[in-house]
Amino acid sequence: MISTNEILETIKMIQEESLDIRTITMGISLLDCADSDIDRSCEKIYQKITTRARDLVKVGEEIEGKYGIPIINKRISVTPIAMLLGASGGDPVKYARTLQRCAETVGVNFIGGYSALVQKGFGPGDLELIESIPEALRVTDRLCSSVNIGSTKAGINMDAVRLMGQIIRQSAENTADRDCVGPSKLVVFCNAPEDNPFMAGAFHGVGEPDCVIHVGVSGPGVVRAALSKMEGGDLTDVADLIKKTAFKITRMGQLVGAEASRALGVPFGIVDLSLAPTPAVGDSVAHILEEIGLEQCGAHGTTAALAMLNDAVKKGGVMASSAVGGLSGAFIPVSEDAGMIDAARSGCLLLEKLEAMTAVCSVGLDMIAVPGDTSADILSAIIADEAAIGMVNSKTTAVRIIPAIGKKEGEELEFGGLFGSAPIMKVNYASPAKMIARGGRIPAPLQSLKN
Amino acid sequence: MKAVISVIGKDTVGILAAVSTVCAEANANVQDVTQSILGDIFAMIMVVDISKCNLELSELRARLETLGQERGLQINLMHEDIFNSMHRI
Repeated sequence: MISTNEILETIKMIQEESLDIRTITMGISLLDCADSDIDRSCEKIYQKITTRARDLVKVGEEIEGKYGIPIINKRISVTPIAMLLGASGGDPVKYARTLQRCAETVGVNFIGGYSALVQKGFGPGDLELIESIPEALRVTDRLCSSVNIGSTKAGINMDAVRLMGQIIRQSAENTADRDCVGPSKLVVFCNAPEDNPFMAGAFHGVGEPDCVIHVGVSGPGVVRAALSKMEGGDLTDVADLIKKTAFKITRMGQLVGAEASRALGVPFGIVDLSLAPTPAVGDSVAHILEEIGLEQCGAHGTTAALAMLNDAVKKGGVMASSAVGGLSGAFIPVSEDAGMIDAARSGCLLLEKLEAMTAVCSVGLDMIAVPGDTSADILSAIIADEAAIGMVNSKTTAVRIIPAIGKKEGEELEFGGLFGSAPIMKVNYASPAKMIARGGRIPAPLQSLKN
Repeated sequence: MKAVISVIGKDTVGILAAVSTVCAEANANVQDVTQSILGDIFAMIMVVDISKCNLELSELRARLETLGQERGLQINLMHEDIFNSMHRI
């Protein structure tokens, strides 16, 4: 029999501490839609996605009704479109419009996979797809794009890094009238995971089954609330409490994922046990770090606290689920986290500190606005630094950075909704232009002699 | 299949009867009730068997919430799977 305390604790988590399932994401392989004629290819894509995902939103809502747990987003990830473009040629934006149409038809809020994997070089379709990203993100509002430019096994493709700096800038310029929203849907990865359910970086990897259901859980508010009730205790106790809380959160993800997989007749992929913040008060990763004992996120000690948090979340979550994957860890998107926003506004949280934090948590420099006069070279150099951290540490890192065209440090970009608002952060303007112009490849790092 | 109904609010006459009536109308069999009164705050946990329930769970939840609003109570209904998966290994 379940005790009264356990029942009340669960209800409180959902009602007061913003515990929710952040996303149910259906991964769909489009490899069988490839065709030498782009229009035929687009038609096959539309048919396949709208058939496979026909009931996704309905099933999501049914599960929400059955269990009383909010499921915030229903989404779709697809095979990197560059692979289909390689076969078909033609105007890549046709694919973008097709995916947008699919998203509207089945009622999902984002569809990810306008992607290319170029860590070792450009294959057929890769370059054309990357060059079309600014236009694709301008003419759609539900499409998400990602490019993998490096990996621990391949090194970093610096030609792609140079290109991505330009693409991000161009995408921001293309959407300058909409608070530069374009680059908020564009992620540059090193070691991109193939089963990530979270946007904007989700795509359906080639090693994945034909169709699969992934679930992303959330719950920074629950962890913070648990910590706030703790009196005293050393950091071992703190880590232990985070572990136990992460276990409970992940169990719920597992339950929902298994149920969705059964209802849709699609195999269950993974639970991504990420602590994903929202701009809502009380749903912040920064506030967890502050609850651990920092005056404000960004203070010295932040990296250590985050490392512990990230590790404890994984340890707790791994036992709770049959299959953990995706990005799994703590997210630190600046614009989507009330505590991060405050810390960036007050100047306590700097870009350099964020970079250090990304070495110990999942993802990377996420949802960061920089002044509008930040050059493409500097953006490329920021990407290179971040990719180097991921490459050397055998972890996923990513950059989702938004040059705020026409604005300067101290002003803000307003995206609204889950994307929140981004204070424009200070950038180091010393020029990396010569290094970026060199291009080429940073060779893969040695896997021994670890010092 | 079971569900857990929790009721929290100011103690008044007939709370248990009102909640039980909604359950009975939905053919949800009440199997266990624990309640406590702290000061004038009433807290009740009710376990109901919903395997023969003639309503969708979301509809039963909506009816209970409506009842809660009418009487100034906080009423929740949740599937027992959630508690089992979160609190039992």
